[in-house]
Amino acid sequence: MTDRPAEIVEFDNVGLRYGTDPEVLSDLSFTLFPGSFYFLTGASGAGKTSLLKLLYLAQRPSRGAIRMFGKDMITLPRTKLPDFRRRLGVVFQNFRLVQHLSAFDNVALPLRLAGTDETRVVKAVSDMLDWVGLSHRAHAIPATMSGGEQQRVAIARAVIARPQMLIADEPTGNVDPDMALKLLRLFEALNNRVGTTVIVATHDVHLLKKVPDSLIMRLQNGRLSDPTGALRYPPRPTPKPSPRPASKGQA
Amino acid sequence: MNTPPLPEEQTADAAAPARTRSASLLPQGRFAGPIPWVIAILIALVVIAAAGGLSLRNLAENARADLAGAVTVQIVEADPEVRQTRAQAAADALGDHPLVTSVRIVPEQELVALLEPWLGSSAASEDVPIPALIDVELSRRASSSEIAQLQAALVEAAPGAKIDAQSDWLRPVYDALAALQYLALALIVLVSFATAAAVWLAARSAFANHRDTVEIIHLLGGTDEQVTSIFQRSVLRDAAFGSVVGLLLGLAAVWVLGQQFAALDSGMVGGGNLGIGDWMLIGAIPLAGVMLALVTGRITIGFALKSML
Repeated sequence: MTDRPAEIVEFDNVGLRYGTDPEVLSDLSFTLFPGSFYFLTGASGAGKTSLLKLLYLAQRPSRGAIRMFGKDMITLPRTKLPDFRRRLGVVFQNFRLVQHLSAFDNVALPLRLAGTDETRVVKAVSDMLDWVGLSHRAHAIPATMSGGEQQRVAIARAVIARPQMLIADEPTGNVDPDMALKLLRLFEALNNRVGTTVIVATHDVHLLKKVPDSLIMRLQNGRLSDPTGALRYPPRPTPKPSPRPASKGQA
Repeated sequence: MNTPPLPEEQTADAAAPARTRSASLLPQGRFAGPIPWVIAILIALVVIAAAGGLSLRNLAENARADLAGAVTVQIVEADPEVRQTRAQAAADALGDHPLVTSVRIVPEQELVALLEPWLGSSAASEDVPIPALIDVELSRRASSSEIAQLQAALVEAAPGAKIDAQSDWLRPVYDALAALQYLALALIVLVSFATAAAVWLAARSAFANHRDTVEIIHLLGGTDEQVTSIFQRSVLRDAAFGSVVGLLLGLAAVWVLGQQFAALDSGMVGGGNLGIGDWMLIGAIPLAGVMLALVTGRITIGFALKSML
């Protein structure tokens, strides 16, 4: 297969089952484009987290084909996965912070794993913690932090390495509405400024209206509906330009 | 909040996975509390077994060098004068043989002294006939046919003379020493397996305890090599500590045993002293133990990682 970088993600008839249980995801075929902002919605148990696991390469599908960044992920050896995972930023539903590391070290993790010079790590992480309002908690370990603080650390960790695609699983679930809106604006800013493709899973329908240009993916019983018509597969001939204009939607 | 203060994009050089930074990614405590002490005990056993095996080897080699090229001629004759005459004739006959380098008739006083502990003062009396003994040094170890030739040469000069090849009557001793050496070697192999098994169990346990962190590191782009190097640091620290302690314990035990054997004041035991090469070999045991632990830990973590995506 030749590389086709225009589409950042392509799912073709993808299905996922755990063990011998019925499929939790069925017949998923869609395309995601660079620089777009997507909401993934659906009731609890609809399969949002399972779909995100496929996207952040924590799970292989039971059937179908997945291409990411122009590469076939099904046949990709597991030793090649780190290269692709470094292009992703993930905000996990339960944060998944490393419990023995401080907020600073948790945020620094993606940069250190990528081999970034320590001087740059210190500068970047300090700036990022300042940005999410946690400079004073830099040396706190997750067990001593509130849910909202942990969530902001998780978000800072997800965006620190300038990912090409940001995947967030219920990122506003543990914060008050004001903080939820602020975090959403952070994602928008990342999307606008860097051209990062953003996928936010949420069951909060009010959140969808906060990002006017967003596209919506709706999961129902493991199947995807396409209310905006933006996910059609095979992809449209001319991909959406990337990134979006920086003046739109900045915080 | 302002727009995110994102760092500059990575350069090609900086994108290479870092091995030096990975050490801080997992808790730096020892991977299992008792493991360094288990390794210490096992290394001590290997040191003792190796020292014992090497000592036995030296002892056997020295004894073989002393005795393999020698025979004893025994002349049994009740009449002391005839016995003495035949002993001298036998010594003369043997002295002419090309295989013989030296001949010594053991003085009667020496024989009496040897027998006195068993026979008491009667060993010196004429009532107990003592055979004449001749120590014969050969230029090399003699074959059975050459011993037979020596025997034939003696028959004419000293009827009734009998040759004992010392290597023959010492063969059971050599065999016993060889068996003890193999036992020491087997003990070393078994303890090595036990060390590897202990490290394997500890590494698996440590991996299971930190599985969630390993998953996070993987999902953030960490490689198997980075994860493995983290665990190997723990293995290295514990194995190095255990090996050094084990070496000291083993050396202490060897020293005590050495003192006990030296107190026997036996010529044969003296041949079992350890040389510089032996001590260097014993000193290399902790290094071998650390290497074994590192390889075992790496293989264990490698297999555990293969079960993850």
